[in-house]
Amino acid sequence: MKKAILTGEHFFTGDVACAEGALAAGCRFFGGYPITPATEIAERMASRLPHVGGSYIQMEDEIAAIASVLGASWAGVKSMTATSGPGFSLMMENLGLGICTETPCVIVNVQRGGPSTGLPTQGAQGDMMQSRWGSHGDYEIIVLAPYSPQEIFYQTITAFNLSETYRIPVLIMTDEIVGHMSEKVIIPDSRKVKTISRTAPKGRKDRFRLFEPGPNGVAPMPAAGQGYNVHVTGLTHDEKGYPVMTVDTQVEMMDRLTGKIRNNLDDIIMTESYMMDDAEIVLVSYGVSARTCLAAVDQARKSGIKAGMFRLITVWPFPEEEIKKIAERVKGFITVEMNLGQIHREVQRCVGGKVPAVLVGHHGGTIIPPEDVLKKMKETF
Amino acid sequence: MGGSPDISKKQLDHPLDDLIRTDRLPHIWCAGCGIGTVFSSCLTAIKASELELNNISMVSGIGCSGRAAGYVKLDSFHTTHGRAIPFATGLKLGNPDLNVIVFSGDGDLFAIGGNHMIHAARRNMDITVICVNNLNYGMTGGQVAATTPHMAKSTTTPSGNPEDPFNLPLLAYASGATYVARWTMLHTRELTSSIQEAILKKGFSFIEVLSPCPVNYGRRNKEKALDTLKLYQEKTIIRNGAIPAGLDIDFSKEVVLGKFVDVERDTYIERYEKICRQES
Repeated sequence: MKKAILTGEHFFTGDVACAEGALAAGCRFFGGYPITPATEIAERMASRLPHVGGSYIQMEDEIAAIASVLGASWAGVKSMTATSGPGFSLMMENLGLGICTETPCVIVNVQRGGPSTGLPTQGAQGDMMQSRWGSHGDYEIIVLAPYSPQEIFYQTITAFNLSETYRIPVLIMTDEIVGHMSEKVIIPDSRKVKTISRTAPKGRKDRFRLFEPGPNGVAPMPAAGQGYNVHVTGLTHDEKGYPVMTVDTQVEMMDRLTGKIRNNLDDIIMTESYMMDDAEIVLVSYGVSARTCLAAVDQARKSGIKAGMFRLITVWPFPEEEIKKIAERVKGFITVEMNLGQIHREVQRCVGGKVPAVLVGHHGGTIIPPEDVLKKMKETF
Repeated sequence: MGGSPDISKKQLDHPLDDLIRTDRLPHIWCAGCGIGTVFSSCLTAIKASELELNNISMVSGIGCSGRAAGYVKLDSFHTTHGRAIPFATGLKLGNPDLNVIVFSGDGDLFAIGGNHMIHAARRNMDITVICVNNLNYGMTGGQVAATTPHMAKSTTTPSGNPEDPFNLPLLAYASGATYVARWTMLHTRELTSSIQEAILKKGFSFIEVLSPCPVNYGRRNKEKALDTLKLYQEKTIIRNGAIPAGLDIDFSKEVVLGKFVDVERDTYIERYEKICRQES
């Protein structure tokens, strides 16, 4: 057996850092399918997993990849897959199965330009709304957007921890640029890596109810083979897991699925503020575009503009209350993202017209230069 | 009351009760449907296999046969349409001690799920796939399937099916399955022992079970429930070891049943252990 946690200083791409973060989090199953620019995650897992007691399988398509991930999770194993736009689209139906059956797992989307085959080798952030609403039906989801290889390492661990805590698929929305860039990644001592695993059921097996919420709104989860005779279905089901197609059960189930997220926002939402204390103009960004904003804030400050950045680490659930609070005290918002205004609309909604909220967007294919942001600042404010 | 037997208790007990979620009855299957018989054969085979029941999982897709997972008192998974096999693959790889049985229908396994079926057979994933073939999409009201005979009527082929159906055992064999059989739900004894054999066999096992759908298929093709059973009795012939290429279903001639393939080959997991875990 080799070490699962490679303590030390490394020069890693974001994709490799993601795989190493998963291994550090305790991920021991990867159902993969090659796709640019996420392939390197699968490759790393294929070479590492068999030597740390896990398994990698390359499935026949992304639908099979995510289905295998859900199956492995029910076998009691922390599981993941990684893909990009086209594969992400194929995964949407089974993402819904994961949500409905409260199955922990992690799905990484290393975003590239779209729609369709788009720009396979070039970055974009065009799947942000799909990450929120891509599967049919109404639900809550947890989505993280790391902005550096080092942060991908840590956020992949966090993604597994959130997924295991809330029994929900967690999405990591990175992009080709962060996925393929190499930077220093420090992996801490294994004793300093905090991992969380799903709560195991207690008490009599014959009285166990698979979806009966615990104190935090989440039910404990047994694995197949432990004698609980679980029934797991994507049909609307009661707390026992049995399909019951009534309005009452639908209401009860959906309240449970959404409630466990909506009632734990403080635990789930992570943001970062940069030069925000006295900021008058707030850049809202995430992922690779936040790197643009760091430079834009520094340049703006040099020319006397009080700019700051509010960075979304958790994109969904959206940090609505925080944005509302900031809107009370600033002159305006600029959302910076590599799409034509997906998170921008959320920011606009939360700001509610109190101050201007504008967009510096891009169609995808190249990182947004800080100059574009500066120009927008000067034009608008 | 002395020694008088408790008649009501006697009537309630069924030899498979301990494997059924009796609190979910009545089931959804129509009168004259054969799925219940196949399901019952499967449960009898599970019992006869003497395997540790806690280690057996049943996985289904969507459709009438896909509801089986909802009635079996084992770890059971009712997944998405066509995806029972890749879900089962993950379950098996996550815990290789599990004995995983996929119980689903022809539309689920061979149309929307066809890709997964051939790849699981190719990689010799150690699972058992039981395909109830009722020649149409029953749950949605009788549409043409990848198994519907040429010229048969369905709601989406009102003038007759212009296409040819798959020969399922041939497809399973060509894809690499190490156990391939076909029975009808009328051949319960053969079917039960075949399922038992398949469950106990290492590697990818596939059993096709012909089963009537009088409400949606029979009705449109002038075939009453009993007529279908008569065809199963009179027009079938058991020919173990028959060449899979000759197994097309044509009830105007004869339909071959039996065990066609039973060979040994390393499973995916065996090879993964041997090859991929080698330290370089």
